[in-house]
Amino acid sequence: MENNLPLLESVEPDYISHMTGRRESIEKAKAMTGMLGSAVISFGALAGTAFGKDDKLPGKIVDVLNFALTLEYLEDEFYRTAVGSSRLIPRDTQDVFGQISKHETEHVALLKSVLGSKAVAKPRFDFTAGGAFGDVFSNYQTFLAVSQALEDTGVRAYKGQAGNLQSNAKILTVALQIHSVEARHAAQVRRLRGEKGWITGDSRGTLPAATDPVYFGEGNTSQGGANLAGLAGLSNDAITEAFDEPLSKNQVLAIASLFIAK
Amino acid sequence: MENKYEPQSDESDSESIQPNSRRQFLKWSSAAALTALAFGALGPGKLSAKDAFLGLPFDDSRGDGVDLGKGDFGVLNYAYALEQLEAAFYTQVIATPFSRITSAERAILTDIRDHEIAHREFFKVALGKKAIPGLQVNFTSINFNSRESVLGTAKTFEDLGVSAYNGAGQLLKNPDYLLLAGKIVSVEARHAATIRDLLKPMSSYFSGDDVVDASGLDKARTPAEVLAAAGPFIRTKVTAKNLPKPKS
Repeated sequence: MENNLPLLESVEPDYISHMTGRRESIEKAKAMTGMLGSAVISFGALAGTAFGKDDKLPGKIVDVLNFALTLEYLEDEFYRTAVGSSRLIPRDTQDVFGQISKHETEHVALLKSVLGSKAVAKPRFDFTAGGAFGDVFSNYQTFLAVSQALEDTGVRAYKGQAGNLQSNAKILTVALQIHSVEARHAAQVRRLRGEKGWITGDSRGTLPAATDPVYFGEGNTSQGGANLAGLAGLSNDAITEAFDEPLSKNQVLAIASLFIAK
Repeated sequence: MENKYEPQSDESDSESIQPNSRRQFLKWSSAAALTALAFGALGPGKLSAKDAFLGLPFDDSRGDGVDLGKGDFGVLNYAYALEQLEAAFYTQVIATPFSRITSAERAILTDIRDHEIAHREFFKVALGKKAIPGLQVNFTSINFNSRESVLGTAKTFEDLGVSAYNGAGQLLKNPDYLLLAGKIVSVEARHAATIRDLLKPMSSYFSGDDVVDASGLDKARTPAEVLAAAGPFIRTKVTAKNLPKPKS
């Protein structure tokens, strides 16, 4: 910490001008959503219910949800394949991966129900990443490594998109509710690999170098415009562990594309 | 005027306090200024995690309570209140470890303590004079000598924290603050999964069906729900009546 400036107050003037513009667009959005009828509202019921009409969702939200769906397709197929592979997952972690697999399947179903006919098709995946992880479904350690990379990427992906969902409180909340489940998964898989449940600095730990992009930027110690290094006598390790960082859509797609069949 | 996001002046802050508490508010106000001064004089790097334990306790002897405020600052103060609670809890956990704590458990709980202190101190500095004071906690229901009591309470706090941030995201207007909340909530979720795995190792409990629903969604709670659950652990009365209202 270089100073004790109240950070939030220091950013306020920009924010106010930002909000002035934004409030207008919110009003416009409200006027538009008034025409949507029950589709958006019924989303409040959520759990397991179909979203209804999909053709009224704003394009920006459709894009984010399809991005999320692509990642969920990837995770869902990855875990279903793994759980179905004999002698891959040891008996003592079958409950863990059964639970993760179940959640990813549920996320796919939920996002597809929201998107309806706007949902993108599932890509064809190659979980060996062109041979880099050739034994991913026969070697438990390789499987765990890919699993950790996918979960930590998923957390960063949802985090990076939250701001693009602010125009729809319910969809934003759902995305946050998925985001924290992915973080639970990530912590569990990391610990199964002997890592801490949280990310220290930008370290990939014992993962192969190919996973560096998954942890790019995680060593950030600046939050809210101030460098927190030395805050309350804490180590930089603790400070970087305490804040997970987002990835942009393009950063995530660059990682995900490794697993999409060429 | 719930859409008014301008920083509140000290004057408008004081208006949210009942008139008969104005003297107490001023008392707190000057004490807080002193604390801020002390932090500045010491330099943050010289403050140990132990020194930073609770900041200055709020004198609630008159029972007027602390109002979180309105708009984005109110939501951030809400988060700050929860981080104060968590940081105080883990500080006590490490100061008086439960019997037969393992070195692995101690390492995990020390890490979590430091993360919660980082969150608390971040909010304190970031909110500046908008920050609510240090809250007094009430841990009389927790047996700090008991692994079951400590980890059970940790689970409650972490799951509650996750659901609080999940529910509060939609209350924030500034996307930068939403991102900040997102950076913290996933760490709370990592804590929750880890604590749960300590309680029921290698099971589905780290993201159990008791906390993740049939659509694969973690819980999202309103500030009212969260404060009701956290209430027994916070001695200082906290009111959220001016926070933005969630869309149900």
